[in-house]
Amino acid sequence: MRETNMKKILISLLFLLFGTSAYADCNIKSGSINILANDFPALRTFVETAKGCKGSADFKVTHSSEHNKIAVPALTANPSEFSARIAANSSIVPLMNQDLIRPLDDLVKKYGKGIQDSQLITIDGKIMAVAFMANTQHLYYREDVLKELGIAVPKTYEEVVAASEKIRASGKMQYPYAAAYKAGWNLAEEFVNMYIGHGGEFFKAGTAQPSINNAKGVATLNMLKKLAGLSNPDYLTHDSEAIKVEWESGNVALMTLWASRSGTLLDDDGDAKITAATKLTGPATVAGGNIPAATLWWDGFTLAKNRSDADAEATFRALAHAAANKKMVADAADQAVWLIEGFKPGPKSIGVIEAVKMKAKPYPMLPQMGLMHGALGSEIVEFLQGKESAEQALKDVEAAYMSKAKEQGFL
Amino acid sequence: MPNKTFFWFFLPTGLAMILFIGLPIISTGIQSFYAQHDQVVKEVKKCDPFGCTVSIVVDQEKTSKIREEKPLGKFNGFGTYVDRNHLAVEEIGKFWNETNSFGEFVDQVTNLPFYKALIFTLTYCLFVTPNVLLLGFIIALSLNAVTRRIRGPLIFGTILPMIVTPLVGSLVLFWMIDAEGIIGANLQMLMDDPYLSLKSSKTLTWITIIIYGIWHHSPFAFVVFYAALQTVPQEPVEAAIIDGASRWQRVRHIVLPHIYPVVTFVALISLMDNFRVFEPIIGFSAEGSAQSLSWLIYDNLVNEEVILFGSAAATSMMTIVGIAILLAPVLIRTWKEFRTAR
Repeated sequence: MRETNMKKILISLLFLLFGTSAYADCNIKSGSINILANDFPALRTFVETAKGCKGSADFKVTHSSEHNKIAVPALTANPSEFSARIAANSSIVPLMNQDLIRPLDDLVKKYGKGIQDSQLITIDGKIMAVAFMANTQHLYYREDVLKELGIAVPKTYEEVVAASEKIRASGKMQYPYAAAYKAGWNLAEEFVNMYIGHGGEFFKAGTAQPSINNAKGVATLNMLKKLAGLSNPDYLTHDSEAIKVEWESGNVALMTLWASRSGTLLDDDGDAKITAATKLTGPATVAGGNIPAATLWWDGFTLAKNRSDADAEATFRALAHAAANKKMVADAADQAVWLIEGFKPGPKSIGVIEAVKMKAKPYPMLPQMGLMHGALGSEIVEFLQGKESAEQALKDVEAAYMSKAKEQGFL
Repeated sequence: MPNKTFFWFFLPTGLAMILFIGLPIISTGIQSFYAQHDQVVKEVKKCDPFGCTVSIVVDQEKTSKIREEKPLGKFNGFGTYVDRNHLAVEEIGKFWNETNSFGEFVDQVTNLPFYKALIFTLTYCLFVTPNVLLLGFIIALSLNAVTRRIRGPLIFGTILPMIVTPLVGSLVLFWMIDAEGIIGANLQMLMDDPYLSLKSSKTLTWITIIIYGIWHHSPFAFVVFYAALQTVPQEPVEAAIIDGASRWQRVRHIVLPHIYPVVTFVALISLMDNFRVFEPIIGFSAEGSAQSLSWLIYDNLVNEEVILFGSAAATSMMTIVGIAILLAPVLIRTWKEFRTAR
């Protein structure tokens, strides 16, 4: 099953599929549409495309990088503030936990013309979301710097460390590596990636009991610390945006960053020499593993449960129009790795395609994963600062997680 | 004022206070005693663009039934208060038995999130409050001594830090102390250490936040002190000058006793404000090195994908208790003075 799906998405990613125009019917007469979404270029394009089909419906959108903080309270209200929420593998979980989104089966049947089966997120046989783009974190490198020093493009994090040390020794750059290590969500995400790369499991099979305090967890932390030592000393305050700025100032030669950021990184703004030398490659593996130390993400739309059926219908029709829009995919081919029919991957999609080829794992969609992510984000900081041992840090993560999980009724 | 007049005069304010402060506190208190129901999970097949897996989800049918019966959740008593992320009673007992030296015990305790936050919060209060009082008083005295013509613009300049929104103020400083900002880069040159970073070191981050706190809060103390200085009677001051008292002696024996009640007031407000320190931590992105009690509440409410109402409510209640304990000495003293004055 997994295998055939993998093939399906590879096919949809790699080949341009010819087909008749699959534009959704856009004759929306009533209803009001209000969308909550994260803020990056591909999502703006997607929502704009949906807006083009709003008909006489009322259309509002909120793009915010703080979307995670708003989503649950806004969708809990009845009627909900938003009729749709653009979610990802992790952010759909709290919505599912609280029963805040509606199954889309009927709407997909009625208005989902052009949406491919591989785009549908089904949970327990019900369609809960429609995905339209894929994302992952992968390596970016400065071709000119690596060539000058005779360094091969790194394929593993061990090679990333060696290459960064060589660059530092050459005196070209003081902090040649960058990744979003900002304490909190970003740092925890880096741990999740690296731990999965080591082949680790977060929970004891079939339970919500944590199981990260092991040799793989220690190896993960040690690798993160090595990389942090090669990064700007302010790394604990750097999010994706901050390291993008570092890269564009020419301070960094190797970087782990989201695929969805490649668009703004490679646009015409900034130093043309740096932009020309910026190259993308797949995510790195670690500790001799064969799956990459990265997680696969999808972005898709979900519809609020606490909203009238008429609004849900109008919203679905507008968003489905975008989620099956070949023209948008062709026009914005370099903004994202679209999962939509007709997408022809360009050079900016290499990272995600490589990750899929290397059989990267998707981010774990478990009800209690958010609590683990939160505990990681605050408890491993002191290890990176050199204030406690790896074992102690992992013990703290497990203890912090268990208290929260008990309060939430998972243990 | 007769008691009856006072009652009618105070009624609207009192009602608003009960409605907007009293009731929310009671509601928070009640929430802190509840935890979520035990989650009923079931195994289901999940499919996404990357393949299908068998995984677990929350069983909505069963959960919604339990939730309808008891919407507040599962009664937990002081369970949340004593768990590891708050007072950690059990853990502290364990550390006490397992550690060999007192230093090791303290290390273990301060590694717990609540105590870590409490220590930062108290350190911040302890350093910022006295310095704010001192600095505010010195500025007020100096400004009171300059000629009237330039006093207006000077006062405006002095209260600027208070006018600037805390978040904006801290962001400006945050960029200045960046390794490539004006202060950060110059410090690196001065100390001849290219790896020096104000943001990565815990101690330096604490110092930065404390300095920011003093900068931001001093104008408030200054404004109140300056107003109080205008009420100091001139006769005793002139008499003291004739008697040959020095400037310091005049301040020490005439000005300070006169404005003493105002000092108490400013100290109270400052303590209360500083105990709730929050904005600079966000502004400086200092979550990694400095957490305060207020930040813990914020973290529980918004940083997790799941909102931890019980945890946040418990920390809120303990913050209120903390402020009450801090203010107790000052309040008792004011009460005693009030009694003797009558």
